[in-house]
Amino acid sequence: MIISVASGKGGTGKTTIAVNLALSLSNVQLLDCDVEEPNCHIFIKPVFESKNTVFIPVPKVDTKKCDGCGRCQEVCAYNAIAVVNKKVLIFSELCHGCGSCTYFCPHNAIEEENKEIGIVEIGKKDGTQFVHGKLNVGMMMSPPVIRAVKKYIDKKKTVIIDSPPGTSCPVITAIKDTDFVILVTEPTPFGLNDLVLAVEVVRKLGIPSGVIINRSDLGNNKTDEYCAEENIPILARIPFSKEIAGLYSKGNSIIDALPEYREKFQDLYKKVEQIKNESVKR
Amino acid sequence: MKQIVIISGKGGTGKTVITGAFAALAKNKVMADCDVDAADLHLILDPKIKNSHIFRSGVIAFTHKELCEGCGTCRTVCRFEAIGEDFTIDPISCEGCAFCSLACPQNAIEMKTNTSGKWFVSDTRFGPLVHARLGIAEENSGKLVSLVRQKAKEIAEEKKCSWVIIDGSPGIGCPVIASITGVDCAVIVIEPTLSGLHDAGRVVDVAGFFNVPVKIIINKFDLNPDMAKIIEQWSDSKNIQVLGKIIFDKAVVQSVVEGKTIIEYTDNQVTRTLRDIWMLLEKELDKKI
Repeated sequence: MIISVASGKGGTGKTTIAVNLALSLSNVQLLDCDVEEPNCHIFIKPVFESKNTVFIPVPKVDTKKCDGCGRCQEVCAYNAIAVVNKKVLIFSELCHGCGSCTYFCPHNAIEEENKEIGIVEIGKKDGTQFVHGKLNVGMMMSPPVIRAVKKYIDKKKTVIIDSPPGTSCPVITAIKDTDFVILVTEPTPFGLNDLVLAVEVVRKLGIPSGVIINRSDLGNNKTDEYCAEENIPILARIPFSKEIAGLYSKGNSIIDALPEYREKFQDLYKKVEQIKNESVKR
Repeated sequence: MKQIVIISGKGGTGKTVITGAFAALAKNKVMADCDVDAADLHLILDPKIKNSHIFRSGVIAFTHKELCEGCGTCRTVCRFEAIGEDFTIDPISCEGCAFCSLACPQNAIEMKTNTSGKWFVSDTRFGPLVHARLGIAEENSGKLVSLVRQKAKEIAEEKKCSWVIIDGSPGIGCPVIASITGVDCAVIVIEPTLSGLHDAGRVVDVAGFFNVPVKIIINKFDLNPDMAKIIEQWSDSKNIQVLGKIIFDKAVVQSVVEGKTIIEYTDNQVTRTLRDIWMLLEKELDKKI
């Protein structure tokens, strides 16, 4: 089963849930898909065994073959190509790497070259296989790096994916084709506003989901009311604890310091499995 | 007129609460909520929408099945795995490159304009707010951020405002880049955790990449005073000014629940620190002229 951990609002506790869930299970793989700000490695402290570079193909013009006809500029949907005085200017930061310009150039004057946009690192910690991606600083587009991380999914294992926050393309890329989404929220107006958006996302993608209310004693009960109205299962409530906040701040997992939590995370997994199976039957 | 943006790298460090406080403290300003993915500033500013606009951005491919002969060219050329075996296009995966549409020998694929959000100009008790809502699962948040900023800047120029105060989004990707380029100062809110420091480091690098001056606020510093100290030393080593350190106080959550900025909600150590921070920031940015 592939479980993704997401939230509309940032800082609600996605990484804490993903890391500790992974550490509580066996035969498990943890993928950190928050490639803009990956944090799981801080808590997992994995030994990295290999590293790959993520590229996107961007066009390169052979000026000898190019006659400046402007077809490439016409077909580019991203304004990444401008033809000025029969000279082709390429703005690679706008390029999505679709390949259209190369295909349609009537003079075969465009080749593709790889542009590095990030890296993927693969490692492990005890029994847990760990993969994360890092978007290079200054690069705009994280989805290709997220896709590169997800290529390592091993379906024979339980896969836990830590997603970036938000509701747009990076989140979609991370949670797409997963079997269940755990939505982590906090019971504040900000948390609820962003949870409602996140629920719309998972519904649009048709993925079963459940909610974890973190720092459940700081805020109001509107999140409970919303989940009840919308028939969204609440998987767990975690009260604010200075002890857990302290562990987090130092980059320690809950499981290592407070082993009694292992069972709670295993229960969480069982709940997720049960809800997922029920939704499949339906 | 000066533009400041509040960002953090890591989510949930207190950007919106601090933006709200600045909105209450600054004189003669326009606010812009550039966290278009998950906008929250409106929850404490209570905007009265004056006008609302549709954000159209990009196009999405649509297969006219009656024209399709099933040759499969579209599937061959698409690099975004957006075209299914029955040649139906998944609008979520489609990045709107139009390659399939141009390559289709039957002209069976139409590129349709995509409505991907809304943006609003509103009045609040602190002045105008420009905000937006990106459609669920949509792309182009960077473009919508640029649009919100542009509009806020226009209003600020027209009304001869002193400040544009921008609430940014987490991360370091396209919406963040769109929200920081060309501002006078990016205020980075860091919580005293290893993750907070790690993420702030990356966002500081992004700001450096685009030549944006940065300053730091350490929020909830007493949750780990040792880590707060490490962050201060790190800031010193990078020659970045720490504007102030704010303590953790449950009153902050309560102010949000009440739909108020912390400045209006109470007078405590948090609000005193925030007032000092704002005065310092004003002074520092004045120096620059």
